[in-house]
Amino acid sequence: MAFISSGYNPEKPMENRITDIGPREYKEFLPPIIEKNFGKWVYHEIVEPGMLMHKAESGDEVYTVRCGGARLMSVTHIREICDIADKFCDGHLRFTTRNNIEFMVDSLEKAQELKKYLNDQKFSGGSHKYPVGGTGAGVTNIVHTQGWVHCHTPATDASGTVKATMDTVFDEFQNMRLPAPVRISMACCLNMCGAVHCSDIAILGIHRKPPMVDHKVLDNICEVPLAVAACPTGAIRPTKVEIDGKSYKTVAVKEERCMFCGNCYTMCPAMPLSDKEGDGVALMVGGKISNRITKPAFSKVVVPFIPNEPPRWPTMTKVIKQILDAYAEDARKYERLGDWANRIGWERFFEKCGLEFTEHLIDDFRDPAYYTWRQTTQFKF
Amino acid sequence: MAKHKTPLLDQLESGPWPSFVSDIKQECENRAKNEKGVEFQIPADCPEDLLGVLELSYVDGETHWKHGGIVGVFGYGGGVIGRYCDQPEMFPGVAHFHTIRVNQPSGKYYTTEFLRQLCDLWEFRGSGLTNMHGATGDIVFIGTTTPQLEEIFYELTHNLNTDLGGSGSNLRTPATCLGMSRCEYACYDTQALCFNLTNEYQDELHRPAFPYKFKFKFDGCPNGCVASIARSDFSVIGTWRDEIRIDQEAVAGYVGGELAPNAGAHAGRDWGKFDIQKEVIDLCPSECMSYEDGKLSIDNKECVRCMHCINTMPRALRIGNDRGASIFVGAKAPILDGAQMGSLLVPFVKVDAGNDYQEIKDIVEGIWDLWMEEGKNRERLGETMKRMGFQKIIESAGVPVDVRQVQEPRTNPYIFWKAEDVEGGWDRDIAEYRKRHQQ
Ligand code: HEM
Ligand code: HEM
Ligand code: HEM
Ligand code: SF4
Ligand code: SF4
Ligand code: SF4
Ligand code: SF4
Repeated sequence: MAFISSGYNPEKPMENRITDIGPREYKEFLPPIIEKNFGKWVYHEIVEPGMLMHKAESGDEVYTVRCGGARLMSVTHIREICDIADKFCDGHLRFTTRNNIEFMVDSLEKAQELKKYLNDQKFSGGSHKYPVGGTGAGVTNIVHTQGWVHCHTPATDASGTVKATMDTVFDEFQNMRLPAPVRISMACCLNMCGAVHCSDIAILGIHRKPPMVDHKVLDNICEVPLAVAACPTGAIRPTKVEIDGKSYKTVAVKEERCMFCGNCYTMCPAMPLSDKEGDGVALMVGGKISNRITKPAFSKVVVPFIPNEPPRWPTMTKVIKQILDAYAEDARKYERLGDWANRIGWERFFEKCGLEFTEHLIDDFRDPAYYTWRQTTQFKF
Repeated sequence: MAKHKTPLLDQLESGPWPSFVSDIKQECENRAKNEKGVEFQIPADCPEDLLGVLELSYVDGETHWKHGGIVGVFGYGGGVIGRYCDQPEMFPGVAHFHTIRVNQPSGKYYTTEFLRQLCDLWEFRGSGLTNMHGATGDIVFIGTTTPQLEEIFYELTHNLNTDLGGSGSNLRTPATCLGMSRCEYACYDTQALCFNLTNEYQDELHRPAFPYKFKFKFDGCPNGCVASIARSDFSVIGTWRDEIRIDQEAVAGYVGGELAPNAGAHAGRDWGKFDIQKEVIDLCPSECMSYEDGKLSIDNKECVRCMHCINTMPRALRIGNDRGASIFVGAKAPILDGAQMGSLLVPFVKVDAGNDYQEIKDIVEGIWDLWMEEGKNRERLGETMKRMGFQKIIESAGVPVDVRQVQEPRTNPYIFWKAEDVEGGWDRDIAEYRKRHQQ
């Protein structure tokens, strides 16, 4: 493993340094048919699951074939994607905002040939490499985060929970038989990198034990005021402790005020809190981003805790399926999951989904909590 | 022969969805064989050790990455997320495992030529593993060592003409929906605006100068395909302010059943024959549509441009011609004081490439002036708005107060007035008062 220089000279680090050039311009990469009809599209059709057709003023048609991506992918996989784009699409492709892959061609025949080809590709373990789908009123890819693959603050894994969930709802990825699209998202801690707070169904990693405090090192590796200010519930105060006759500047955590968010650990490495039994996932539902008919909405917590069960999280996937099935069966056409729950009432939502309602689901965070309680006589028995 | 036994992860190789485990394993194999004779600059078995440490996390139910990690390239204050394994003896291949954020092209269109160049670089100097893409939008290179960072940056800028993305308390990498490139709903060129603002604010992106992170996202219409209203401090969402264009013939096509509603999005289930009254007219949130004698009409003055009717009959209904965008501010995840979606700041602004988007830049910079001065350490714009009041943001952005900025007027009467707006001001003499009112 001999070191090979790129040309960079560590003796003169600022020499020949290029900065602030930003990304490559998107126009360099547009397929010719997209470039030609840019801004001149007239309508689109979803020809079949995973396949779109856009019609331009010029009469040109572009067919898009969308397939699932694991998001975490190797350069080997990306090169195979490139091989496909070279073979069918003159070397062009794109990725979506939900990390699916889209290939574009100019005729229905080519699109169908491509779709078949994509659906036929498998990994050695048997899973699809490029399952086609993710369009219309179905379940598309899961926006997710780093998990145990790369982050230091997670309460669960991202890639594993997502694979387990997508395997469970896979039929809905390749179909369009739900009342409206269902967006599932996942975040491995409540920093919520991604879209958990605004999705139809969301998986969220949570802790249930307060941080441990490494008193002996805290003052050396943390800014005490930052750790104090990090706490949403004011559970942390500066203090001194005596250990083996030596006095240390550190912090104290009022445990009954701590709700295990982990933000103090984000700010202070001496306050770790991950824990095998304590950690797990909460499920949220009913969020949306689009302004279609109803306003964008936050997702709400409906299952406060499910334990981590790697590698396949069977309880979690079972509950997700339960919610999805109840919604599919009961909701009206065009009704997003949250619109459905609002119409039938949350008391009915819990009944239909077979979920238990517990005290953990009643908001108790500051002033706005009041607005989530029920100030009306209107309710269903 | 795999380096570590991974009985738990192996179970994630079955099932239909693409398995990240199978994919990492094929990368392990390719690096072991090394058919092209690549002089790997970090351990060839790096992906093997990643599977090893991940398996250990599956057993322990806990992460095995040490807290934080501060690494980067000279000249920049962000772009690289440092990461070290907490069991380096067991997994030396991931002792260093830093992530590099690489700025993606707007709308994520690629040529295979460019992707292959990225792959060659990353196979040579990194783990060969990526995220396509991060939630904010970056191409994410997962896993390399500190000495490789400058080398990678040098090659990215000199050979691939590509820069790093953002991280830290600064402007993060902006992202956009695909906009006019392939969508008939796009009310402005989202990709052009995204590209322009990313370049305009390179300094703010690479050198943290803010109280906390700040994100831009650009949606072409209220459908929100890049979710700007939920995921960016400054969200630009396309809209129009004249009439929805109606093609009555195509309306008849939908009513007659020749055209599939919602472009066929519900084709997997029998929802019965399309009923324009039930599926469009009755669902319009402003009740501003009617369908009489085979003619669809819209009282556009009352339309809130929710997109429902257009989404449902894309061949019959089209966005208006007088186009622009609305600007929303303050979206954020829960930490610290609760999640926020963007709040409407500017109902309509022209998106004008002709004057280099100056009107939008003035608003951005007005907001930054206030927030950079007044924002507390690690306080998102949304929280500054809550603490100081929305009025302060309106003032600093230099935009007019507008009833559209509220969902409803306030219910409490705890109203602040400025002294200069009250006749006689606030300087009063109690002695004068006592002349009229005895103690
Ligand atoms: C502790 C270390 C953290 C790590 C390793 C981490 C990692 C990441 C990564 C890799 C992304 C995608 C980035 C991209 O596409 O360029 C991301 C996005 C995001 N992060 Fe974090 N993050 C961390 C801390 C936080 C904190 C403290 C917060 C909030 C309090 C946060 C909130 C978010 C949000 C909301 C997004 C998504 C924004 C969007 O949808 O575009 N993260 N994070
Ligand atoms: C011409 C029409 C449209 C085009 C070209 C388009 C394009 C896209 C694309 C490429 C994605 C990423 C998809 C994925 O990976 O799953 C997406 C996501 C999305 N689209 Fe659309 N879309 C269109 C119409 C709509 C409509 C009619 C709606 C709403 C009713 C909508 C709402 C959304 C939402 C909410 C997301 C996901 C955002 C997120 O959660 O990250 N789009 N769109
Ligand atoms: C010196 C000060 C005050 C005096 C003398 C006073 C006097 C009264 C009286 C006599 C009533 C009963 C009226 C009736 O016959 O129904 C009343 C009702 C009420 N007062 Fe006051 N008040 C004072 C201050 C306040 C303040 C500071 C507040 C609120 C911040 C307040 C809020 C109310 C309300 C809400 C009611 C109606 C209660 C109901 O719902 O029936 N008052 N007050
Ligand atoms: S959600 Fe939390 S644990 Fe997951 S990547 Fe983001 S900061 Fe890390
Ligand atoms: S985990 Fe959260 S609530 Fe608990 S002490 Fe830390 S910052 Fe406060
Ligand atoms: S946000 Fe609107 S304009 Fe952009 S891709 Fe989605 S539907 Fe099209
Ligand atoms: S866009 Fe929405 S509000 Fe406007 S007419 Fe159509 S359905 Fe009604």
